[in-house]
Order: sequence, then C-alpha cells, then structure tokens
Amino acid sequence: MTTPKVNAPPVERTSKSVPAPSAATAEPPDTLGERMILNVGPSHPTTHGVLRVVLELDGEVIVGARPEVGYLHRGDEKLAENMTYNQFVPYTDRLDYLAPLANNVAYVLAIEKLMGVQVPPRCQFIRVICCEMARIASHLVGVGCAAMDVGAMTVFLYAFTQRERLCVLMEKLTGARLTNSYTRVGGVARDIPPGWTDELKQFLDTFPKTIDEVDRLLTRNRIFIDRNQSVGVLPKDVAVDYGVTGPNLRGSGVEHDLRKTHPYLCYKELEFDVPVGTVGDCYDRYLVRMEEMRQSVRILKQALAKLPVGEINAPDFKTVLPPKEQVLTKMEQLIHHFMVVTEGPNVPPGAAYFGAENPKGELGFYIISRGGGVPWRLKIRAPSFSNLSVLPYLLRGHLIADITAVLGSLDFVMGECDR
Amino acid sequence: MATALEAVQALQQRFGSAVGAPATFADRLTGRDEVTVTVAREQLAAVCRSLKEAGFDFLVDICGVDNHDSDPRFAVHYLLYSFKNRCLLRLRVGVPEEDATVASVTSVWKGADWHERECYDMLGIRFTGHPDLRRILMWEGYPFHPLRKEFPLEGQPSNVPDVAFTEAAPLQGGPFVTVHGPHVADREPAVRENALPEDIRSVEPNKP
Repeated sequence: MTTPKVNAPPVERTSKSVPAPSAATAEPPDTLGERMILNVGPSHPTTHGVLRVVLELDGEVIVGARPEVGYLHRGDEKLAENMTYNQFVPYTDRLDYLAPLANNVAYVLAIEKLMGVQVPPRCQFIRVICCEMARIASHLVGVGCAAMDVGAMTVFLYAFTQRERLCVLMEKLTGARLTNSYTRVGGVARDIPPGWTDELKQFLDTFPKTIDEVDRLLTRNRIFIDRNQSVGVLPKDVAVDYGVTGPNLRGSGVEHDLRKTHPYLCYKELEFDVPVGTVGDCYDRYLVRMEEMRQSVRILKQALAKLPVGEINAPDFKTVLPPKEQVLTKMEQLIHHFMVVTEGPNVPPGAAYFGAENPKGELGFYIISRGGGVPWRLKIRAPSFSNLSVLPYLLRGHLIADITAVLGSLDFVMGECDR
Repeated sequence: MATALEAVQALQQRFGSAVGAPATFADRLTGRDEVTVTVAREQLAAVCRSLKEAGFDFLVDICGVDNHDSDPRFAVHYLLYSFKNRCLLRLRVGVPEEDATVASVTSVWKGADWHERECYDMLGIRFTGHPDLRRILMWEGYPFHPLRKEFPLEGQPSNVPDVAFTEAAPLQGGPFVTVHGPHVADREPAVRENALPEDIRSVEPNKP
C-alpha cells in the first residue's frame, strides 16, 4: 500500500475541462463506456433461420440494431418471370415454409383475380380448410419457439406433437408433409380423400386440450410474463407506419384482418372473431396467436360441417386441366390439356394485387401480365419482410437478453423475407 | 371504392396534369377493386404526402418494373391502403433509364425504407433522399441488378474478393426453361415468344 503524496498539486476540477454537450452534437456524453458492436446470426438459434442483426451495445443495453437480410434470397421473382403460372406453385411453398398451404392459396387467388375465374364452392371450402390448418401449424411453431427462446422447453414439444398430427393430415390430403403444392389456377390438385374429414374432426376435438395446456403453462407463468410483458412494445401508429401486418399488427390493437375486412373465398359464411391486443408488447402478440388458433379451430369445424359436394375445379378447361379420362378419350380435352401444361393458363393483359391473411401477415402477390401463360412481373409482398423492418425500433433500449423474446414474438420466416 | 376515386379527384384538383386519369380494376369476386393512377415523377413525394393526409396511412408495397421495350423504361408502382376507408390505391411512376431516380417516400411512410432498398437492389433505381440506400437482398458490391430483363435467369459470374462470388447456374435446356445463348431473346422463354427489337438485343447485359 502506497501513501498518497501530500505535496501533489491538487487536481483542478473545473467544468472547463469537460466539453459541454452542444446542440450540434446530438449524442449525449457517454459516461458508461465505449460502444461495442456485436454480431448476432446469421446462423444462431434465436434468429429462426438466417437473419443477421448487427447490434450496437452500451454495456448490455442495445442502442442500435441493424438487421441484415438476404441470406436466403433465391430470386423467386426472377424465376416466376420464366415459367408458367402453375409451375410457380411449388416455389410458393418455399416462401413461408411453415404455412405452405396458405401460400399456395394466396398465389392462385391473385391469378384468379386477374383472370376473373371463380372456383366452385367446394373448392373454396377446401382452400379455407387448407388456410386454417396452415395457420394452426404456423402458430404452433410460432408460440412454441417463442416460448422455447425464453426458456419454456415443454411448450415447444407439446406444440410440435400437435403440428406433427397436422403434417400427417396434410400429407394425406396433398401427398406431402411440408412442400404441399396443392392448389392450381382454377382449383386444387385433388379432392379430399375418403375418411379424411373424420380424421380432421378428430384432431379438432382433441387439439383444443393442448391449447389449454399451453395456456396453463405460459399465460400466467411468472417467468414468461416477466420476459414478455412490456418488452418490444410496438405502438399502433408505428406498426402501421412500418407496414406491419398479421398477428403483430393486431397485437398492437389494430383490428385489421383481411378475412374480415375484405372477405375472400367463403370466409363471409363462417363465424369467427378477430383478437386484438392492447399494449402491443411480446405478451400481446403471444395472446393474439393463442386466440387465433382457437378461432381457426372454430372456422375449421364450421367449414367441415358446411363442406358442399360438387366439383373442385372451375369448369373451364382452358384454365384448369381436364379430367384424365377425358384427355385420353376426347380430342378437344387433349388439346386443352396440352395447352394448359405447355403454355399455361391464358391470363389477360393487366395487373392485379391480391393480399391474403396468412399466418405471418398479409401475403400479397402483385401480377403484371402482358397476356399468355407467363407473368411479365410477379412481386411478392412478404409479411415477414415488412415485419422485420421494424426491428431497429423494437430493439432500441432493450437488453441483449430481450432479443430472444422480441424475435420470437415477431414470428418471421426468412424464406419469405428473402424470397 | 368511391373513396379512392375521390382521393384521385382531389389530387387532380391540387396537382393538375401531374396526376393522370384513374383506371379501375374491378374485382367482382371479392370486391377488392384497385384504382391505378399515373403520377409525374417530380410530384411524387408531394402527392404521397397529400395522400397520407387524405387517409392512406398504410404503404402495402413498392414494386419496380422493367418495361424494357417502352419509354420510359422503368416504372415504380406504389400500393397504398387506407384503414379508414378500406380501399386500395396504386400510384405508377415512370422512370427513364438514363436518369433512374425517384424521390424517396421514407419520410412519408417509414415502411418504404426496405421496399425502396429492394427496388434499388433488384432494378438499380435510385431513391433520392433515402437515408440508407444500400443493397438489401444481394450483397454489397454485387455488380448487377438481377430483375432487369437483360439479366439472364442462369445468373452472371461475379466476384467480390473475400465476400462472395457467383457462377452461372447449370440449368438444363428445354422448351420452358432457360437455354444457353448469346442474347436475351435466345435465352429467356418469356421473351423468346415476342422477340426483342435489335437495339435491346445488342445491349451488353448488365453493365455494372
């Protein structure tokens, strides 16, 4: 231990030595230490895919966040310009790969809007069933992963068990568990197989028990509430300004659901409620997703009860493929078959946008056609892209540990964001 | 749908000939009609501000289009939505190739930020006044704009040392996919049908 020098000159403590913060330099003087740049992702468990966020940190507090996207860019829009409309259906599976059926439906609805093709009632109901099954499957992953990110592992396993049951049902319906490619312009690929509706009914009867279980595990869980409430608060006006849609927008209290405001397919005939949040934090977004799953069950039950019999494709063989037995026996149907396969459905020149309420938000397809079976330009309005653009706003001022909660609650899919 | 047309009428009164005649796409299936209106490039930012005041508070999407055979070559389509009136309105702005710039609308809708970056990345249209106009889907330093019509589907070789490189994709030929050939018209099935004029064919693809 050294003794302090007595005759050392006293240190002058005047305000002159510290430069006063002037109005020109907007940054306040940093007394806590220098800033640190921290890279999160693109390959990190909480980024749910290949999102990269470059964080600027002051201690553990985030003062700036810069999301970097594009790691999964495959040029879907360029590809679409080089193939017929039906050939692009498999590519839509790979947008939001947690809800491929809903993407298929949204895509063909955009083309049908431009063509003015109306599909038969049975097809509309089948498509609604597809959309709502996809919504439940997607929200199960969304809620399960959000819970796992903040430490609740059990919910994730419960959710994936139920999602597995849905995947089996989807496989029986479409032939594939994940990349369904089920819809076609003017219809769907095939009809519901025998006995399938009973299996779906059985799922709908038993599935709400799991929602209740998850509800009991999370909704009043002290840790879950502490991690999510008042974290990542997204006010109504900011959400609208950034173009946020889906459960994230409704969590902020905007009652906007395209199934209600602009009913498409047969949503007008089905009863359901649109849950909205009050605060717009991670907890509200979680609650909205939970309630949407219950509402989807409600929609599915009604759709199954009302499911009409009849044709599944529009009665226009210049748009949809004729039945195979007719192709093999009738000259005209053979020609139609050949034309639809090789040249694609003849879409009139023009432009149309169709936005569907997907599990992640408003998935829109904007098609510019110059006639013929290939689009001139196809723009995909991906909900995850807009939802992620609000990330710098959401993360600012939070701790590093809150990133997991915020990212989990946004429920994005990079396949859709990067296209 | 009257409200979108009313908004266009108000615009025409305020901006005169800078706002064109509205065209309506009637959707008889869902009733979600779309009103499209062409706006002069110089007046775009002012028109957007005025529309936001008129209730179009939601920018759905920005879509850049390459109409290589028309003049001006590019177009940018803005799709707006009004939560209050529940109607869609599309603005269309022509952008010439020699001066591919449009005023940024990030000050009107914050969501325009990423959409404009994407449009710049994919088509090379610059947005003046954008706070941070960088590539978003492709990497910084990538020399091409892939959604331009002269960019081949199979890709172009590129190399940014220590960052990334690309090679042409090994695509197989066939009637409906890209085949190899020196010119766009030979390669792309979309343009093979309606052959391109000679001046476009002779253009060297994608000058950086």
